[in-house]
Amino acid sequence: MNTSELYSELPVTVETALELGLTAKEYEKIVEIMGRTPTYTELGVYSVMWSEHCSYKNSIKKLKTLPRSGGRLLVEAGEENAGLVDIGDGWAIAFKIESHNHPSAIEPFQGAATGVGGILRDIFTMGARPIAALNSLRFGELNNRRTKYLLSGVVHGIGHYGNCFGVPTVGGEIYFDDCYSDNPLINAMAVGIVHVDKTASAASSGVGNPVMILGSSTGRDGIHGASLLASREFDEKTEDMRPTVQVGDPFAEKLLLEATLELIDAGVIVGIQDMGAAGISCSTSEMSARNALGMNINLDIVPLREQGMSAYEIMLSESQERMLAVIEKGKEQIAIDICNKWDVPITEIGEVTGDGLIHIYRNGLKVCELNADSLVLGGGAPQYDRDTKEPSYLAQKHKYDCAEVAAMTPMEGDYRTVISSPNIASKRWIFEQYDSQVRTNTVSIKGDAAVIRLKELPGKAIAVTTDCNSRYVYLNPYKGAMIAVAEAARNVVCVGAEPVAITNCLNFGNPYDPEVYWQFSEAIKGMGDACRAFNTPVTGGNVSFHNESKNNAVFPTPTIGMLGILDDINKIMSHNFKQKDEIIVVLGDNLNELGGSEYLKHFAEEITGNAPEIDLTKEIALQKLALELIRSGLITSAHDISEGGLIITLSEMSISSGNIGCEIDLGDSPTVGDLFSETQSRIVITIENSKLDEVRLLAQKHNVPFHVIGKTIEDKFIIKNYINYTIKNVFDLYENAIPNLMKL
Amino acid sequence: MKFGIVVFPGSNCDHDAYHAASVNAGFGAQYLWHKDTLIPDDIDCIILPGGFSYGDYLRCGAVAQFSPLMKEVKKFGESGKYVVGICNGFQILTETGMLPGALLKNENLNFICKDTNLKVISNDSAFTSAYNKGDIINIPIAHGEGNYYADDDTLKMLEDENLIVFKYSSPDGIIEKQYNPNGSVNNIAGIISKKGNILGMMPHPERYSDTQLGCDDGISIFKSIARSLS
Repeated sequence: MNTSELYSELPVTVETALELGLTAKEYEKIVEIMGRTPTYTELGVYSVMWSEHCSYKNSIKKLKTLPRSGGRLLVEAGEENAGLVDIGDGWAIAFKIESHNHPSAIEPFQGAATGVGGILRDIFTMGARPIAALNSLRFGELNNRRTKYLLSGVVHGIGHYGNCFGVPTVGGEIYFDDCYSDNPLINAMAVGIVHVDKTASAASSGVGNPVMILGSSTGRDGIHGASLLASREFDEKTEDMRPTVQVGDPFAEKLLLEATLELIDAGVIVGIQDMGAAGISCSTSEMSARNALGMNINLDIVPLREQGMSAYEIMLSESQERMLAVIEKGKEQIAIDICNKWDVPITEIGEVTGDGLIHIYRNGLKVCELNADSLVLGGGAPQYDRDTKEPSYLAQKHKYDCAEVAAMTPMEGDYRTVISSPNIASKRWIFEQYDSQVRTNTVSIKGDAAVIRLKELPGKAIAVTTDCNSRYVYLNPYKGAMIAVAEAARNVVCVGAEPVAITNCLNFGNPYDPEVYWQFSEAIKGMGDACRAFNTPVTGGNVSFHNESKNNAVFPTPTIGMLGILDDINKIMSHNFKQKDEIIVVLGDNLNELGGSEYLKHFAEEITGNAPEIDLTKEIALQKLALELIRSGLITSAHDISEGGLIITLSEMSISSGNIGCEIDLGDSPTVGDLFSETQSRIVITIENSKLDEVRLLAQKHNVPFHVIGKTIEDKFIIKNYINYTIKNVFDLYENAIPNLMKL
Repeated sequence: MKFGIVVFPGSNCDHDAYHAASVNAGFGAQYLWHKDTLIPDDIDCIILPGGFSYGDYLRCGAVAQFSPLMKEVKKFGESGKYVVGICNGFQILTETGMLPGALLKNENLNFICKDTNLKVISNDSAFTSAYNKGDIINIPIAHGEGNYYADDDTLKMLEDENLIVFKYSSPDGIIEKQYNPNGSVNNIAGIISKKGNILGMMPHPERYSDTQLGCDDGISIFKSIARSLS
């Protein structure tokens, strides 16, 4: 072809490529693919499409080892915007989790808000109506003004977007550790419901079909958010990148939601994809590449917020609340009428072509002629193997003698310290700022997982949770990632649901650091093994690398979002004690493990030791037993043992009851291990006296250890030979901790 | 009887009000579009649902008052027919002047979503007759601007004419500052118009109209309205 037809607003050299975040080798490959020097706009498109964020170039080979099909999965990971899980009678759940860490670190309110907006769009692009949102957050210690500023901003941002949009924020988790001080993690998850006949595809098809842009106009916000901001570490220049953070408008998104669902329902959509990272570049190339098609796009017609925007800026803008849709030819007017009804702007900006090329025009000049396939993951985008090296810190950490600490007798103050630690204490200050009830489906947000009923399937509900104890992953990436999956499944089981699928958000440091990549690689192995064991395939998710500052990388944090299904809404289990004189039982053995525990964090003042053991066979037996007990109505409450150990589990069961506590007998001199060990595969249950033998027999049948430890009583929280508190004492310690810290 | 639920751009409790009125309470219900200029004859009660009408980017409810359908809702209310504004709907009613007072930012400046205890101050209204006077009901709030304010003269008028129907209270019915979630003057959670045909309240009765969600204390508002019509 004649390159003189193409217009480049700036001359392009290898230096230009380096400035845009590409490597010299990648630039060479681009020139080789194109057979010529790219234009400036073309190079910009490559730089975002081949960024870590869009291309998964350093992770895709590992991700492909995860189980991505089977079970109830209808759509495999990566094929569409989010995975789809069959829940029966023609209905499916779409769910996904995504990070917005880097933007939130420099502009917490907008960063978090647009993180929520982005993940909601991923869900309704598929035709699914969002029915729940969750979030998984990590910050530095709550002892300095910057962390409090970040936390406040992020919580306001999440609330602002979700509350206004009208999706209930029903769950999540938050942890505080020094390693997240410069680089907090903000992972947002959304869950939607769709009838399988009404799902929309993200693939373009039909040469000659019009390509339309829906929603907000395009501005200069977010340019290079994916390629430069999200793909580098934090340093003194990061603050200057605030303009790369997008600005969210949840009202516009709410209208876009209604218009999109109505368009899909009306059958006028051939394919549709939301515009998040890399904006028009990503949506045009990904939609086209799925069916080896191309597009002609005229940027002069794209509604713009600002005058004088160049092709480069329009192509790379990450302005929010936009969609790209391929509409069936002849049905344009129906689409326009629907959008007009909802006051959503819609503009035809081009058409589908059969040549596999993305042709972009600006001011009458052609500025791009790009092979769509060469840009995308699975096509021409690079895929790298990275070096791995076991981190040097591990051997030293594993040497720490946890057994010695576990055998010690705890002080009374130890309990007060652990229960009022922000990692353990009540998160009410946060969750009351989120509307958790809009859509009137929220059955419970208090238990181990949130329970959402489905009006579309009367009598059925789903359970959702997010989990990751990153300290375990730091101390042992393989076991830590396994535990994240196992705990998520256990949480879903504890409310009475069957775990069916996961989404993951993989937050790690710089992948070019072999020690970081070893953590990543081991964590993927552990996650894969656990997902295969639980038969909970991965529906999709997100990788966020480069979570580090000049001081340190964050703990490897592979957050798991788990979906469970409850076939009978009347068999939901909760974790509050129900009435006095019931028997309290621990299912599972305590191995007195303190590695990475909340206790050790306070008393060794470091995150050390090895992660707890995890035996998936035992875990599965425990979960099967728990589900059987719940479904047969043999137990009255269930709560898993996790951070803080048995004593925290019992505290939470008492606090949420309000007036029923417990009297626990762990012998003449309970040890630190008895109370604070974080050994996995354990659940505390309560049983009416008359059903004790039946439950014991079932436990034997499932080969699950069964330990009676005490009974429920009124108003008091007693561990014999250790503490004797009123529930009010415990409540105050638990509830006041975070509000008091935020006031300082 | 039939409820008409107005859908503004940004309404997000419209589906919930519809579900509560139809499925939970068992009455007729129909959505009304904000761009329409006619309220069907068979509508007995209009619900202005919660949400963020027009994004609430100016003042909550300030833009919604200018929508075509609101002109009709005003006439509907002036004619003595029933209108209920919940949360954003209450904000719209004060902006249009259909109810007195204003809703300010919550005292702690945060959005708050939680259960609140409401004391039924008056059951002598079309909206509360199915409750007993003095009942304590559990209804959740979810708002950033629910801090009810009115000047002293208006407050006196509201108290004197028995127009305050709900106040935030303790579970035992004690009305004190510590049980006030948002700073509302005199713990006011819901009021009615002088004629008694317009109700505005910040808590969401449509959310707790269903035992499957753990509480149906709110359903008696829908039932009260039906009773008043029959």
